[in-house]
Amino acid sequence: MATAFVPLDEIMERKSRPVLRDPTEAPTHDLREELFELEAKGEIIVHRVPEPYVEVMTKFGRKKKIPIEHTWHHKSCGQCGHIPGYSASIFWLHRQFELDYVDPTDQTSCTGWNYYASATSNAVAQIAVMCRNFAAAYELGYYPLIHCGTSYGHYKEVREQLIHHKELRDEARRLMDKLGKPLVVPEEIVHYSEWVHVMRHRIAERQVVDMSHLTACVHPACHYYKIVAEDAIYDPEIYGAQRTATVTGLLEALGINVADYSTWFDCCGFGFRHILVQRDFTRSFAVLRKIEVMKTEVNPDMVVTHDTGCVTTLDKSQFAAKAHNRKVGVPVLSDAQVAALAMGAHPFRVLQLHWHSTDWRPLLEKLGIDWEKYWEEFQEDLEAIRRGEKPGLTWEDADEPIAVAA
Amino acid sequence: MDWVSTKPDKYADVPYEEKLRLFLEVKNDPRYEDFLYGCYECGICVSACPSARFYDFSPRVIAQAMAREDVDRFYEILVEDIWNCAQCFSCVRCPRQNNPGGLVTLIREVAVRNGLKEARDVLQGYSRVIYKVMLKGNQVSPDMLQPDFFPDWGPWVREFSENMDVWRRAIPVDTLRGVTDAAWRTDEKTLLELYTIWFETNNIDIIQEVDEGLYELLLDVMEEALEEVA
Repeated sequence: MATAFVPLDEIMERKSRPVLRDPTEAPTHDLREELFELEAKGEIIVHRVPEPYVEVMTKFGRKKKIPIEHTWHHKSCGQCGHIPGYSASIFWLHRQFELDYVDPTDQTSCTGWNYYASATSNAVAQIAVMCRNFAAAYELGYYPLIHCGTSYGHYKEVREQLIHHKELRDEARRLMDKLGKPLVVPEEIVHYSEWVHVMRHRIAERQVVDMSHLTACVHPACHYYKIVAEDAIYDPEIYGAQRTATVTGLLEALGINVADYSTWFDCCGFGFRHILVQRDFTRSFAVLRKIEVMKTEVNPDMVVTHDTGCVTTLDKSQFAAKAHNRKVGVPVLSDAQVAALAMGAHPFRVLQLHWHSTDWRPLLEKLGIDWEKYWEEFQEDLEAIRRGEKPGLTWEDADEPIAVAA
Repeated sequence: MDWVSTKPDKYADVPYEEKLRLFLEVKNDPRYEDFLYGCYECGICVSACPSARFYDFSPRVIAQAMAREDVDRFYEILVEDIWNCAQCFSCVRCPRQNNPGGLVTLIREVAVRNGLKEARDVLQGYSRVIYKVMLKGNQVSPDMLQPDFFPDWGPWVREFSENMDVWRRAIPVDTLRGVTDAAWRTDEKTLLELYTIWFETNNIDIIQEVDEGLYELLLDVMEEALEEVA
């Protein structure tokens, strides 16, 4: 019997059809229902998403509430420590829309990076760190917005453990009692890129930098959509809801050509421990499986991603590869930085591009942004700080969008 | 024929009882049942695994060894394989809903908690990171960006380390501005609460297993800080 081959075009067409999922047929329990059951038993407090919020679809067709404001910004140690323009761009966007938010000092990192790297912790400690941060947000009356992809994934995983294991919950409660804090779990764990996603049309309305001639590759962050996968945003209009919609949704709203590449599912090579003390793996993977594949297949103007580790890995790994004549040289930005740049954020006062390793100048030149002029301005800022004329830059120096020629 | 028995035991010098004790420590973790449901041997996890492309590493082998309760193979994984995992969790594509990355985390915890030589060796260069996360609540900080630590990140690292103070002051975010020894400015009260968590959950004892010197240092600083408040 002859075998009938299905033409590749037909397979591609089938794969591009939107998938509309029925939440009643979801393969996992809705954790939020279990949270409310625990609250009804008096075991925990569920921190409700404040209004205004936007409801979006997640992987299995359920709805997820994304708060617009009254948010408590759970910062990322990797962003704040090594790529501060990432965090600054998130805050700058909030300030541009005059949204109510808190940038807390009563916050530790999730400590998840260390946990995934070295395992020098345990389940109860990880739960306690999470609950302490969530209690701090609750006490202040603001809702946690998680900046880091790993914190987001880690907290989802830890929240699941807290819900499913009474012994862990009892320990967490004992610890929170010891600290004099309530045991609070947010109704939704929300990543900042989900906030960017629901804000994308408002961002596009205020776009001052034309990006329609740019081609970008998206690297979806593993800890965003692989850990507790059902929490990530999916949209039938974006990849037919077969991949997460965050990041891509923003870029499309900004008129950027999002180019697909074959290794989109691969991780960036971060590895947690590897990026700090065993970078031969990280560099090799980032270059051979991500950057070179993108360069070869679509030659993008930039890579856009939505996690601390991914920006760090993809950006910093390219320098050494250049010495080996590999195909590298693609600037790497977070979605928040791209959104801020589109709205006219200063490339150095806000985006802090001088902290990036791979050359971003060709990208700014293609966008018609005179980076030398803004670098000069920033150098004057630095000189003023050195001379002691000002202690540092403030939002007063950075809020104003740059004047971009139409 | 039993497939396990045909393979030479690379660690025959380690008593079976000791291997079994460590295996049971993993298996008795309350999270274990959430991470392992059996294995089809389909290899989807391996095809998605970044470490499998660069190391002699297989999340499928880990899931199978655990599911079969192959204690000798488990021990090999414990001492040879677990630190190669990138912890990206690409392997959770598993059609049986296994979480091999999660299993690796549990096995790593056991390796660290028992102070195994392989765990101590692999974490030797990592102590400064543990120091930072335990004391500051941040994994990384600007002052870690030194050319001798990140030579492969290019001349930018040198430029930054020479300008660290002024570059950090040129960040408009209030909690970041001017901070160099942590990622952001954290309240002292917050750090004391974190230290309390490390003591109350015995997390500090775990550090003792991997680095005695670091443990003594952390103990001194944290106990003194907590005593001052008391």
